[in-house]
Amino acid sequence: MLRYILKRLISLGLSLIAASVLIFVAIEIIPGDAAAYMLGINASPEAVAALREQIGLNQSDFTRYFDWATGMLRGDFGISYTYRVPVADMISNRLWVSLPLAMYALFLSTLIAFPIGIIAASKRGSVADWMVMGGTQLGVAIPNFWFAMLMVQLLAIKYQFFTAGGFPGWDNFWLGMKALTLPAFVLALPQASILARVMRSALLDTLTEDFMRTARAKGRTRRGALVHHALRNAMIPVLTIIGLQFSFLLAGAIIIEKIFFLPGLGSLILTAISQRDLIVVESVVMLLVFAVIVVTFVVDITYALVDPRLRRRV
Amino acid sequence: MTLLQIKNLNLSIGDTEILRDVSLTAEAGKIVAVIGESGSGKSMTAYCINQLLPRGAQVSGQVMFNGQDMLQISERELCGIRGQDIGMVFQEPMTALNPVQTIGAQVAETVLIHGAASKAEALKIARETLNRVGLPEAEFPLGRYPHELSGGQRQRVVIALAIALRPKLLIADEPTTALDVTTQAQILELLQKLVREDGMALLLISHDLGVVANVADNIAIMRRGEIVESGPVKQVFAEMNHEYTRALFAASNHVPERNAEAAEMPILKVSGLVRDYVLPRKTAFGVPPKLRAVNDVSFEVKRGESLGLVGESGCGKSTLTRAILGLDVVQSGLIEIDGQAVTAGHKVPRELRRKMQVVFQDPYGSFNPRHKVAKLVAEPFHLLDDAPKGTARRQAVEKTLIEVGMLTQDADKYIHEFSGGQRQRIAIARALIIKPELIILDEAVSALDVSIRAQILDLLAELSDRLGLSYLFISHDLSVVRAITDRVMVMKSGKIVETGETEAVFNTPKHHYTKALIDAAPVLENVR
Repeated sequence: MLRYILKRLISLGLSLIAASVLIFVAIEIIPGDAAAYMLGINASPEAVAALREQIGLNQSDFTRYFDWATGMLRGDFGISYTYRVPVADMISNRLWVSLPLAMYALFLSTLIAFPIGIIAASKRGSVADWMVMGGTQLGVAIPNFWFAMLMVQLLAIKYQFFTAGGFPGWDNFWLGMKALTLPAFVLALPQASILARVMRSALLDTLTEDFMRTARAKGRTRRGALVHHALRNAMIPVLTIIGLQFSFLLAGAIIIEKIFFLPGLGSLILTAISQRDLIVVESVVMLLVFAVIVVTFVVDITYALVDPRLRRRV
Repeated sequence: MTLLQIKNLNLSIGDTEILRDVSLTAEAGKIVAVIGESGSGKSMTAYCINQLLPRGAQVSGQVMFNGQDMLQISERELCGIRGQDIGMVFQEPMTALNPVQTIGAQVAETVLIHGAASKAEALKIARETLNRVGLPEAEFPLGRYPHELSGGQRQRVVIALAIALRPKLLIADEPTTALDVTTQAQILELLQKLVREDGMALLLISHDLGVVANVADNIAIMRRGEIVESGPVKQVFAEMNHEYTRALFAASNHVPERNAEAAEMPILKVSGLVRDYVLPRKTAFGVPPKLRAVNDVSFEVKRGESLGLVGESGCGKSTLTRAILGLDVVQSGLIEIDGQAVTAGHKVPRELRRKMQVVFQDPYGSFNPRHKVAKLVAEPFHLLDDAPKGTARRQAVEKTLIEVGMLTQDADKYIHEFSGGQRQRIAIARALIIKPELIILDEAVSALDVSIRAQILDLLAELSDRLGLSYLFISHDLSVVRAITDRVMVMKSGKIVETGETEAVFNTPKHHYTKALIDAAPVLENVR
């Protein structure tokens, strides 16, 4: 098991290096000079040259990559071309919104998906199963911006349980959580629908396995066999989906961030792209890649915890 | 003492009648065997006893176990009886255990479910039970996982979890069908020992007369949901009152009539064949270790000859087959097909490849279910440069189907519309259509019922007589190999340990492994 974790860690490190090179190269290939763009079309060539010198665009590609990469390791992401403030601060402010939001949404999604997936699988073909299958179909199909506006209309404007948008910060934890509840729920709904369906089908596959019959022959009740034998065996596909969903939720919430006026990573990267603030784009993309790789690592480790057969392989 | 008495049991699932008027008794300390071909209802009879029936099952009659009618009591009470008083062993040891739990936990679970002991005591009982079934602590600690064990060892674990609470009745549903002959003999011995020691009743379900003949006290023979004959084994075998019993007996020992003469010229000659598998590397940068699956194998198949290849699972039979067919590239050695050589590291050219065809064990799995039979059978035509098109192609398909005893209209059906035996006929037709000279039969009759198996063996014998075909007949089943081959090779750990005329090898085996195999194989004649 230790060996397995070590191997995964090595692969994590290599992926990060490969990803950073790829991101750096991709941003370099994009046409247009950041310095010229920042100074506007009327800037003199001298001014552009001076700026290039100042923000380090004149150095060799290798030096610039090396500075960028080692800087990130120290927590120094450089200075935003547009706002002239440290990128690290910009990102960390946004991350404190996006990360809790993603985790909150994932928590809600799992909380909804597990029970209904299990109920649907254990009562296959029943009215409950029908309702779960129909409901989750709807959950996947409803566009989330529309659902978000509906929720705002209903729960924020009509009944005023929640505020319609904005984020008060984490000075008061509960106020912060309250502000994130509605967006998290809106984000969670389609994810929960997908997860519940995956849970159901993974469980159904497991329920027909021979060892389920063995469990019943030992004297397990139907429910006991499901809880003690089927669930853990059905976890692999469910974990895969959870991992993918977390990565998606971290960056994919742009529309929801806009609707709820949340200062998250999604809107940061959107603005940065339109302003050609490449260093911000580079850093946020790298951060997201980092998140995806770490989540994959965690999922890999949980795979091995769930299934002993995977511990020996890589 | 009568422990289990089944009276007039009827079972239907949906509209299909599965069991009709089945009556059966099992006594403590005795072994009762239920014999039947697939679909005879023998497994369903077992599931009626502990009420693990599929959805939509309707049962009537009486299943008296230990003074209670199992059909009348509640699911709650049934859960108390299952595992406690009735243990069950299944056919597939590879899948009957939960892959993500340790063997200790799975055996202890039986004890814990019934609240028979604390967790620590349950683990102690699990340890003792595993020792009893021949899995000592030194090699098989409780923390082992099923995937770390062989098939035979897993079956021992399944037996352990079934007998952990010393049940009064043990139901074993084809417990040795998936195992090698030597392992099968060991498992049967273990079951007999447990019956003796615990005085439990054993209901042994099997399709193989040979397996039960030597172990059972009583026997019931089932066909199409009915018991056609039952009684003490010796008596049933001596009298054979029912024609089906006689037919089953005859089919089990069936030897097809063969007249083909082997010519001197070999159709296939293999010399010094070596096939290595690269295993996962042990250290990050070390040289990955190799497994020599086929080790310096040489033999030849003469024209018109039927050569047998026997060996247990993992001995390299299938790897050898794949190598000969050119599905894998070999590391060294020479394969000569019809006098033309294919050297190591090269693919078998098409014009040589068409001289060999193969029939696999699983007649369903080896067909694309979405194609019609006509398309399936015509598949090997891609090996020909001038393959017939249109009507000629169709005619060739129909002719071949007739040759294997099918009908021309079967060409327009899908594979799921056929029975196992018919599918195997279609597989043979697919092999025959390009008129090969050698057919490799890889466990081709192993999944078939004995009566169907007898028919297929007859068909193979007849085809070889008429078309001058050669066979390389690969099987773990010694009786079948003995019935259909002229010469036989015995393979162990990648090597051929013995070769010779089939009868000579069976009568006077020279290698100790061949002896062990032959001794372990169940023989039917002994009973009579």
